[in-house]
Amino acid sequence: MNAPLRRSGVVILVLFGLIFANLNWIQAYKADDYRTDPRNQRVQVAEYERPRGSIEAAGGVALAQNTETEGELKYQRVYPKKEIYAPILGYKPVDGAAVGIEAAENDILSGASDKLFADRLSDMFTGDSTGGGNIVLSINPRAQEVAWKQMTDNERGVTKGAAVAIDPATGAVQAMVSMPSYNPNPLANHDTAAARQAYDKLEADKDQPMLNRAVANTLPPGSVFKVIVSAAALEHNYNIGSELQAGSVYQEGGATIRNSEDEVCPGSTITLKKALTTSCNTAYSRLGVKLGRDVVIDTAKKWGFENEDLVVGDLESKKGLSVAASRTGAIANEDGSVDKAALAQSSLGQRDVRMTPLQGAMIAATVANNGSQMQPYLVQQQLDSDRRTIYTAKPKELREPIDSSVAKDLQEMMQSVVEEGTGKNARISGLTVGGKTGTAQNVAGADPHGWFVGYALDEDGKPVSAVCVMLENVPGGHASAEAARIAGLIMKAAAGQGGN
Amino acid sequence: MSRIRQWKTRRNAELGLLAFAMLLVAAFGATVEANQFDEIRPNFWVPAALIGILFLGLHVVVRFTAPFADPVLLPAVALINGIGVAFLRRLDIARAIANDEPVPGFFAETGGRQLAWTLLSLILAAVLLLLLRDHKVISRYAYTLGLVGIVLMMIPAVLPGSISEVNGAKLWIRLGSVSIQPGEFAKLALVSFFAYYLVRKREVLSLASHRFLGIDFPRGRDLGPVITVWLFSLLVLVFEKDLGTALLYFGLFVVTLYVATERSSWLIIGLVLFFGGVYVAYLLGSAIGGPFANFYDRAELWLDPFSQENYTRESGNSYQLVQGLLGLGTGGLFGTGPGAGSPGKVPEVRTDFIFAGLGEEIGLFGLAALLVIYLLIVERGLHAALAVRDSFGKLVAGGLAFTLGLQVFVILGGITGLIPLTGQTTPFLSAGGSSLMANWLLIAMLLRISDAARRPANSIAERISGPKKAPTQLHGAMTEVIKP
Repeated sequence: MNAPLRRSGVVILVLFGLIFANLNWIQAYKADDYRTDPRNQRVQVAEYERPRGSIEAAGGVALAQNTETEGELKYQRVYPKKEIYAPILGYKPVDGAAVGIEAAENDILSGASDKLFADRLSDMFTGDSTGGGNIVLSINPRAQEVAWKQMTDNERGVTKGAAVAIDPATGAVQAMVSMPSYNPNPLANHDTAAARQAYDKLEADKDQPMLNRAVANTLPPGSVFKVIVSAAALEHNYNIGSELQAGSVYQEGGATIRNSEDEVCPGSTITLKKALTTSCNTAYSRLGVKLGRDVVIDTAKKWGFENEDLVVGDLESKKGLSVAASRTGAIANEDGSVDKAALAQSSLGQRDVRMTPLQGAMIAATVANNGSQMQPYLVQQQLDSDRRTIYTAKPKELREPIDSSVAKDLQEMMQSVVEEGTGKNARISGLTVGGKTGTAQNVAGADPHGWFVGYALDEDGKPVSAVCVMLENVPGGHASAEAARIAGLIMKAAAGQGGN
Repeated sequence: MSRIRQWKTRRNAELGLLAFAMLLVAAFGATVEANQFDEIRPNFWVPAALIGILFLGLHVVVRFTAPFADPVLLPAVALINGIGVAFLRRLDIARAIANDEPVPGFFAETGGRQLAWTLLSLILAAVLLLLLRDHKVISRYAYTLGLVGIVLMMIPAVLPGSISEVNGAKLWIRLGSVSIQPGEFAKLALVSFFAYYLVRKREVLSLASHRFLGIDFPRGRDLGPVITVWLFSLLVLVFEKDLGTALLYFGLFVVTLYVATERSSWLIIGLVLFFGGVYVAYLLGSAIGGPFANFYDRAELWLDPFSQENYTRESGNSYQLVQGLLGLGTGGLFGTGPGAGSPGKVPEVRTDFIFAGLGEEIGLFGLAALLVIYLLIVERGLHAALAVRDSFGKLVAGGLAFTLGLQVFVILGGITGLIPLTGQTTPFLSAGGSSLMANWLLIAMLLRISDAARRPANSIAERISGPKKAPTQLHGAMTEVIKP
């Protein structure tokens, strides 16, 4: 019986060897993964040993801060402004990954960044747990709150939309609102089951409150796209006085283009400036077809369309809210040749053209900033726990789609839109305002989306703010009029006038 | 090896090793206090001393009743038992601190209860050593023990779930605050019965066979008991909803059969039957659910514990397994140190998952050392089986040692995700009286058999251990056929 006994001993040895090998896999190879797994509550306890840094708007208004608790996790993350800033800030859940600026600036906020090395070094000697660093956003709280209030109290009862305001000269985001929004506080609940329940409820909401419509959602821009087509024309031997062929109907390749109302440009010709002012569809469709597909697509690309890797955060780390790419679509038949019907419609910002509200604001900002498009950013400053500055945004030019003479022409045209055209609702006393409205057809039978992009210049002609307002499915006609009104009020607040 | 060396009892070596083991337990306790209180309190050594006194008592009993017993077994088990008590006390301390309660006394809460269970277990082991001076005596009661074993094993299956079910597995008898796992004791009884039955039947089982596909298959009627136990283990799996227990009983039987007959065909048949049975249970679980559903769920969790779906399922989710793995991973190579981790995050860390909790604090190196000590215990048991001169003793010692090893494999394999998780206790480590008592009885049996194995068969040995009594015959030994 001894031989099988010995073999049994070998079997046990092998079985124990398997356990040992598996332990090596878990405790050596996979150790780092397990140590940092969001489900590992040990990580959370350590993380909540010290207070996470605060996030503030310009001027020190606290947007994300901590309160001390009695529980095992010592600090509770609190968002005092609830829905208003949620699309920007995101939230920091206890047992999962953060989103929004909470995620993008996590290194600073949690204190893990190399920039805070001195803090951690001093902690080693003092035995204290210094909090993480703080983030100061470029957001102007007055503009943000006016934008939120006007969007949610809009006169047409629209429930979905977005508004973005940026400083044309720097790219600093002054306001960013997405509607509907959500209250991030329940998502940061220490009771993970309750937090998950709150998340599931938001996730199941068909209005998608957690979607940041300002940067992550693209919709047909409608006539706003005419600014791009105008720029293409001005760069291709047209000037603002060039006579364009107009008329009440234009048929091209099976598509029929009409004006929004019969009294818009019924005459046979119209100047470029007047065409933009009245938003003459037939003139722009013909213009787009005449310029050709490649000119339209390339010009849009120069302004930022098709850009897939833009993020809005700080200008250094390339982390932030990622911005969905705006698109013109292929404008081609199946064999690759130019689809003229599609080109005629695309020149009006319809068909497959899609744009984010941020892209809209960047278009207006580029015009206001004499052709130089600045990279948009949200993080103005990073401060260490003692509020010493460790980073200040240094504005960067992203691209230069047009030269300053084209920009001046576009300014004249867009100002005409606000002074005597479709954008009158955006006028602000004391400021020079230019802009362009857009009414975008979408699903057949649904109300159109209302757009307005615009900018404001102060008395010295310096740009103050560039805004894009988008309202989804506006009932009651003149969809863009309400967007223009809201945009005017946001720019007024950003310029330091008005507000609550 | 000289003849003189063979007579050495090595009892002083045992005492020395025991003292060393208790030093390690005291060091563990001191580290826990340093990490939990930021100071080592002056009476940190008391728990180690208390448990040391208990083992010293058993050592004295061994010295007089089994002087030639293996000197490594007792200290090795004492070390694991001691670490278990110290770790349970560490969990009590952490809970008291978290709840702002005073530090529990040495005899309070889980740690104190485990200390009391250890005392009771050691008394039982000592009584067994005192009463049972020759292991062959057991063979007289083999059929009774067989019956007792099967009854013990089946009791929880027939009891209503309110008394027998804990976390989905029906393995307990719960009366008020006391809960016993009768299966732990069934192990001992069944090994004795198997050993006796197989010693009597081994010739016919090993010789009469048909050859098919190059494997010697036994005759159908001789397969009877194997099929019976196979069915029993599947019944256990189905009604007690526990794969681990089924695996344990079946493995125990197949291995004793294999050792007795020396025919590897038994291993092949056993493995095919077991894994076939498990696979069928899995398929049935997915198809019809019912009593197989629990097993099916566990298999699903085992296949992908980290999937969010399995992790957050309403019932029977992988939360515990994942938290255990995260704890082990957090411990890494060196561990956080005793008292410095968060083993309280793992559900059931006092019983099923104690190894995961310990692993966070003592790390891969600590767990490897613990594994080696378990391996040492098993291999020492097998060594006693090799050296003992009677077939019955060989089978009992071999069966017990193998079962112990298998149980360690089943629970540790479950916790580390190597095999589907089952609700086994970790021998000598987990909180719980029945497991501790049964396993100490098992060690007492191994000590007894190793004493017989190492006892020199000459007059000097008789002078040391007193006059030899008339040799006890294996009950019914006349039926044993001597193989040429």
